[in-house]
Amino acid sequence: MSTHTHQGHDHGHDHDGHEHEGMLEDVELSERARRVLAMEELLAEKGVVDRTEVQRLIDFQEARSPVDGARVVARAWTDPDYKGRLLSDPEGALLELGYPLVGSAKLAVLENTDAVHHLVVCTLCSCYPTSLLGLPPDWYKSFAYRSRAVVDPRGVMREFGLDVGDTEVRVVDSTADLRYLVLPQRPAGTEGMTEEELVALVTRDSMIGVGVALAPVA
Amino acid sequence: MARFQPGDLVRVGDAQMDAHHRTPAYIKGRVGRVHALSGQYPNPETLAYGADGEPERDLYLVEFDMRGLWGERATGPSGDRLLVDVYEHWLEPADAPGSDGGRA
Repeated sequence: MSTHTHQGHDHGHDHDGHEHEGMLEDVELSERARRVLAMEELLAEKGVVDRTEVQRLIDFQEARSPVDGARVVARAWTDPDYKGRLLSDPEGALLELGYPLVGSAKLAVLENTDAVHHLVVCTLCSCYPTSLLGLPPDWYKSFAYRSRAVVDPRGVMREFGLDVGDTEVRVVDSTADLRYLVLPQRPAGTEGMTEEELVALVTRDSMIGVGVALAPVA
Repeated sequence: MARFQPGDLVRVGDAQMDAHHRTPAYIKGRVGRVHALSGQYPNPETLAYGADGEPERDLYLVEFDMRGLWGERATGPSGDRLLVDVYEHWLEPADAPGSDGGRA
């Protein structure tokens, strides 16, 4: 059987009349998946974990997307006190907006300014603030991005359409226990916009550092 | 008590090892400057093999000058930097970046 990824409709095989493909996939769990399921069953049986709680954590993680990060950024743009807390105590600041970093790596926030532009990469694997932004884009995990971002960050950013000019570039290689979120600069011309309107300007790429926040539509 | 403070010059160890560790090869043996202290964390080198990672290690964000690190391969202006998370046991005090821009 050809490859498939257990992610909905992302199949490599053709649909030639198998009426129960979903069931077929169920019996073809990988070694790792079966091990995880067996461990989960054991832990639940022995009362170490609560299945409801496990499902709640899975649901919370699967619901995360860059919009969540955008909400945090927009709040920081509109509330200087919140921005201060976000930079000094990211965990507490995220919790204020309903994003607990339970069971996940600590988060650190890198503020972009007129003087400094941050770009985040993980050269060793693909460390990413998934607990806030959801799963990383495929290119973030690519060998090309991981190897080039640390040597030629300006070239990489230009390929994303970003030229930061005279601004100092700081590439942060996320190799250990911290996950980095870039706090992009608030675009010019957004003074009259509400927090909710600003959320739409904060792109995923601007929170990784390969982009900046969108300009407001005139 | 953390051994290093922001501003301190540090040299990254150049140990080659097959076992799991989180120090990227491209900074091994190089001199950088402590940018920030990031707290204490279980040692990934023992944690990865089922141990508890104790004692915890201080983690530092260490900055390297891109031109010093990459020489002619660096494409940006001087002042561009690379910041890397490094655990304390990979760091030794350094007096000054090497004359060749940080190589051991």
